Amino acid sequence: MCENKVYTVSIYTENNIGLLNRISAIFQRRHINIESINTSSSEIDHISKWTIVVELSEDRMKKIIGQIEKQVEVIKAYYHKEDEIIYQESCLFKIKSEFLFEERQIQNIIKDSNAKIVHVNREFFVLEKSGRTEDIELFHRELKAFGIMQFTRSGRIAVTKDEMKISEMLKVF
Amino acid sequence: MEESYTLEKKEKTITKESISGSEALMKCLMAEGVETLYGYPGGAIMPVYDQLYKYQDRIHHVMARHEQGATHAAQGYSRISGKVGVVIATSGPGATNLVTGIADAQIDSTPLVCITGQVSSHLLGSDAFQETDIIGISTSVTKWNHQITKAEDIPKVLAKAFFIAKSGRPGPVLIDITKDAQFEEFDFSYQKCIGIRSYKPVPIVNKKQIEAAAALINSAKQPLIVWGQGIILSEAEDIFKALVEKSGIPAAWTILGASALPTSHSLNVGMVGMHGNYGPNMLTNECDVLIAIGMRFDDRVTGNLDSYAKQAKVIHFEIDPAEIDKNVTADIAILGDAKDSLTQLLPYLEEKTYSDWHQKFKDLYAIEYDKVIKNDIHPTKEGLTMGEVIHQINLQTKGNAAIVSDVGQHQMIACRYSNFNITKSNITSGGLGTMGFALPAAIGAKMAAPERDVIAIIGDGGYQMTIQELGTVFQQRIPLKIVVLNNEFLGMVRQWQQLFFDKRYASTEMTNPDFVAIAKGYYIDAQKVTKRSELKLAVQEMMASVGPYFLEVCVEKEGNVFPMIPSGASVSEIRLE
Ligand SMILES: Cc1ncc(C[n+]2csc(CCOP(=O)(O)OP(=O)(O)O)c2C)c(N)n1
Repeated sequence: MCENKVYTVSIYTENNIGLLNRISAIFQRRHINIESINTSSSEIDHISKWTIVVELSEDRMKKIIGQIEKQVEVIKAYYHKEDEIIYQESCLFKIKSEFLFEERQIQNIIKDSNAKIVHVNREFFVLEKSGRTEDIELFHRELKAFGIMQFTRSGRIAVTKDEMKISEMLKVF
Repeated sequence: MEESYTLEKKEKTITKESISGSEALMKCLMAEGVETLYGYPGGAIMPVYDQLYKYQDRIHHVMARHEQGATHAAQGYSRISGKVGVVIATSGPGATNLVTGIADAQIDSTPLVCITGQVSSHLLGSDAFQETDIIGISTSVTKWNHQITKAEDIPKVLAKAFFIAKSGRPGPVLIDITKDAQFEEFDFSYQKCIGIRSYKPVPIVNKKQIEAAAALINSAKQPLIVWGQGIILSEAEDIFKALVEKSGIPAAWTILGASALPTSHSLNVGMVGMHGNYGPNMLTNECDVLIAIGMRFDDRVTGNLDSYAKQAKVIHFEIDPAEIDKNVTADIAILGDAKDSLTQLLPYLEEKTYSDWHQKFKDLYAIEYDKVIKNDIHPTKEGLTMGEVIHQINLQTKGNAAIVSDVGQHQMIACRYSNFNITKSNITSGGLGTMGFALPAAIGAKMAAPERDVIAIIGDGGYQMTIQELGTVFQQRIPLKIVVLNNEFLGMVRQWQQLFFDKRYASTEMTNPDFVAIAKGYYIDAQKVTKRSELKLAVQEMMASVGPYFLEVCVEKEGNVFPMIPSGASVSEIRLE
């Protein structure tokens, strides 16, 4: 058996109701936890692109891609290793405003990390940061000392270094 | 469904007229050539039933006695005819009762279109009376499903449903239609679907792979073919037979592949799998090239994968890409429709005979005959065996009947010993192993092929799971033959308890009712046999009867099915006793 690794799955689908159920059931049946999932419009009109992060063996990954592609509304599914993609995640931190003004340290962290202040009021301020998983984790650790009132993080979004020729596949129809 | 989002290819339009959604449904069904459907009425599907009344001279609706029965009947209809089976049910309990049959159809690749009524769209999600989320419930057991809330969507969704159900690897589709959509009027027109952008049902055969497969097959010393239902689904029987004969390769079958090549064919070496024949199971672990055609290496076939055909190069012919390397890794995978692939392969194959290799099958058959088969079909001990009943049926039908079996010991015996001359003659629940399948499935089979003898072989346990369908047999006057092999046990489970649980027969002994009286209560001719001396005549009477007939045969209580590969063991650890 090969060892578990992090894979990013890209799926191009028709934009139809019910597909989320079908796709997530493929992972659920095999007891595979979805680390993150994102679906949005893609570069092609009316076609959705899904980005799913999972951790499993390559052997199982391949089989799951087969099962995903088997769904009627799925146009194509791929899986990528970490070095085959450019990806980002985004997160929001809500922190008490007093820290922003009183803690020198926090100002430095914000400056060095390329985070953005997206909202400030008397009680709290909100920081937004995008980056790779490790960057966000590091940032999270640094801020933790100050007490985080709320933290939320988006699913991964990714583009591949190689081309994915979906438009051409669609022309064949 | 938003029109622009899913692109379908369509074929010619028929007439435009303003009609209700439920009348449109009738017209869609007729445009798809549907003549028979199975179902059960209820509140949320009443507008459709009202139209069935109107169109009764063109569409024959068969009311089952339970929605599960309707699905199995539609499956039996489909399996013997190769057409799409159609089922109709109401919302809520009607819809949930379909689930077992749908799951069975999904795993055995049977094309079904199931249509369920749903509460009106303004009530969706409100826990209204008889509302269930049947789309959510059926998602994991359908090839595709869809809910319709607007009448105008009915034609295009139905067209798509039929296309998806029957194309590629077939399967069940469920369409849920809200009651308001059934009433709503719109301008009807119908176009058959001939393609869907995101769906490639039949992969194109790769010529290079065919050549590579041919080279490997021609160089083999001890090749073995294992075929499955793919041969039947792609109607490749003729080309398959030609290929087996030209290549001279011994060919074995999975339970769903049975009957694609006549039982009596000299190159047919029997069934593989848990209760399959000794030769093909043992020799799976001796062949040098394993040619799998239209089969999916189910665990009941392979036993322990770690020791399955490890010495062999594997060639896998398969329509569904997700099956390749799923259980057994293929050295050469040939994607495509079996008929196309085999047609392309045939000219490359050399004519051969493998007499030494065939002799090994014969030697192992002789051992199996001596230890198992002889005692099963020509017993000398007192109690009647299931095998001798099947043998008697073979003698009298000359192998021309369609055998519909339920699930359990009798199923394994029926599949092992039935003679099949004609394709699509073995109708059984393979992948799901659904008790209660046979009686309703035989109803559908007999209706689709009235010219054929259809015989249901059922255990006393499974019979009581759908026994109410005797009402359907009687009301529809379906002249099928029903044979219950009564061992007063849930035999297959009892066998496992005997072999693996120290004979602790927990809840497997059955106290049975008077089955003959029940059949007669439904006005079905019936007879019970308890002695060997009565068997032949009873089977004769059954076969001669014009109407439906019920035959109960009391067989030995603790008979076992051998050979047997204990679950998790290797195919070559097959036991003869
Ligand atoms: C719906 C369903 N429930 C339970 C089982 C488990 N099961 C498999 S075989 C069997 C016994 C079948 O007994 P019977 O119908 O009397 O046939 P026999 O094995 O005696 O020939 C059971 C309970 C099943 N396959 N299907």
